Amino acid sequence: MRIIVPIKQVPETNAVRMDEETGTMIREGVEAIINPLDLYAIEIAIRMRDEHGGEVVVISMGPPKAVKALREAIAMGCDSAVLISDKAFAGADTWATSYVLAGAIKRIGGYDLIICGERATDGDTGQVGPGIASFLELPVASYIGKVDSVAEKSCRVHRLVETGYEVLEVDLPAVLTVVKEIADPRLPTLRGKQKARKMDIPTWAGGDLKVEPDKLGLNGSPTRVVKIHKPTVARNCQKVAAADEQAVEQAVDQLVAFLQGKDLM
Amino acid sequence: MKYSGIWILAEQDGGRVQRISYELLTRGRELAEKRNTDLTAMIFGHDINADDLQELIDCGADRVVAMEASELEHFLVEPYSACMLRIIEEYRPEIIIAGATSTGRTLMPYVAIKAHAGLTADCTVLDIEADTGNLLQTRPAIGGNILATIKTPSHRPQMATVRPRSTKPAAKQPGRSGEIIRLEATADLLTSRVRRVGFEASEESHSLQDADVVVAVGRGIKKSENIPLMQELADALDAALGASRDVIDRGWMSYPHQIGLSGKTVTPKFYLGAGVSGSIQHLAGMQTAETIVAINTDPDAQIFNVADFGIVGDLFEIVPVLTEKIRQVKGNG
Repeated sequence: MRIIVPIKQVPETNAVRMDEETGTMIREGVEAIINPLDLYAIEIAIRMRDEHGGEVVVISMGPPKAVKALREAIAMGCDSAVLISDKAFAGADTWATSYVLAGAIKRIGGYDLIICGERATDGDTGQVGPGIASFLELPVASYIGKVDSVAEKSCRVHRLVETGYEVLEVDLPAVLTVVKEIADPRLPTLRGKQKARKMDIPTWAGGDLKVEPDKLGLNGSPTRVVKIHKPTVARNCQKVAAADEQAVEQAVDQLVAFLQGKDLM
Repeated sequence: MKYSGIWILAEQDGGRVQRISYELLTRGRELAEKRNTDLTAMIFGHDINADDLQELIDCGADRVVAMEASELEHFLVEPYSACMLRIIEEYRPEIIIAGATSTGRTLMPYVAIKAHAGLTADCTVLDIEADTGNLLQTRPAIGGNILATIKTPSHRPQMATVRPRSTKPAAKQPGRSGEIIRLEATADLLTSRVRRVGFEASEESHSLQDADVVVAVGRGIKKSENIPLMQELADALDAALGASRDVIDRGWMSYPHQIGLSGKTVTPKFYLGAGVSGSIQHLAGMQTAETIVAINTDPDAQIFNVADFGIVGDLFEIVPVLTEKIRQVKGNG
């Protein structure tokens, strides 16, 4: 089977610092990584290929430096990669991003499954997976926590919802978005890294895809960011120190009294 | 043709209208007043309880449009999106709001692509821009480090999802009246390449969002072997146990326990976080709790900015003492 995994390169969000003046992100010195939630999509795709044969094609839309994320995915065990990069894609919202990724997936063709991470840790929308499915006229099963079985024309999966798991049978080809519990991502191997270094990764621009220029990037995006600001959070915290054993006892007594005062005990 | 009216996506489970629907009515009513227009609830399902549909009116909808068929009993992306697109074609809503639920987060992007609509996920604030009438959608971005306000200047409908439990559900107002329209779900809308063949209920994850008391574990717990320490505190407080993203990412607890922007939103009466630093990612999922207590070794930890009471110290020294004290007080009470 042929599985396509769209991934995104994101800043390591735990390290994100904000410019207090402008409310924008300080990108200098922040490492760019594969979106952590995409690692689960890569892992399950590799496992399915190992079990059923075929290949895993990893793709990413982003600036030229996003090729590093693709090489990491190859080092983990993906078979081939395509970078989708063009200045015309800049400023794309989830509509225009899904449009370009769907265009690239059409060009690859011959796929059985498209597997996406649940969402990217920078944008945090989770909209691109279902968006790709919509453009490709494919069914989507989101929040997949387990792949039970794969047959030639369908697969059976567990979908995590608020009250438990739905068991779904999904006709192929289809789009799956997966959650963390699906599989523990592996680390790249030394051999994988060597393969990744040597691999020729093509770059496709807008002209290489059957896409309409007016639907690309900011121009093709229905939404506009009009304001960025820092969240303000403020409560009056009654703070007590508990540096030694006696202070711990006192602090706990104060906390219990505080909770009793609020009728929370 | 002109687009007008505020619409919400009401959700049902087993024919009963779900809580998120009433939360969306609270949001929708505010917008309808500001925009001086009607509020309509759309709902898809099978054998939906008629009293529940009336309750949507009682709680703020001017109109309910229900589409019913056995194929709509459970959420499936293809029939649900076909029905929503049918409604967009028939009624031309200016704004559609859905819950950021497993249904809303899947259905809304699928529909927004086909409708060429703007869609904003996980909004915390929705407002109407005075001079243009555009929907202003504010949401946390970049891991919750900033808030971004987004609008859709020239595409309609304007679509948004909002987090469950980020608003109070609308209450019944006596004497409201409205129309319940049953729109036919024709066979061409109902085909699906996904079939629901089973369901496995899980008690655990459900209780976290519904709990009155939540105890949250942060990275300060250091390893999974230490989780029982927090479980004992949670048990003493009769609380549900949750965790920050760091704890989940390290595999110390399972994903359904995750509180935060990419996990669950909790709004308990009492939240206690131990070893939780308070990344904005985490704060987005708990800062609406009524009372917040934090235990952390770092006096400058962000969690203290949203806390009502904080203990600066080592959780491994404090938590056992606290657990014992709570047991004593409760035992005597």
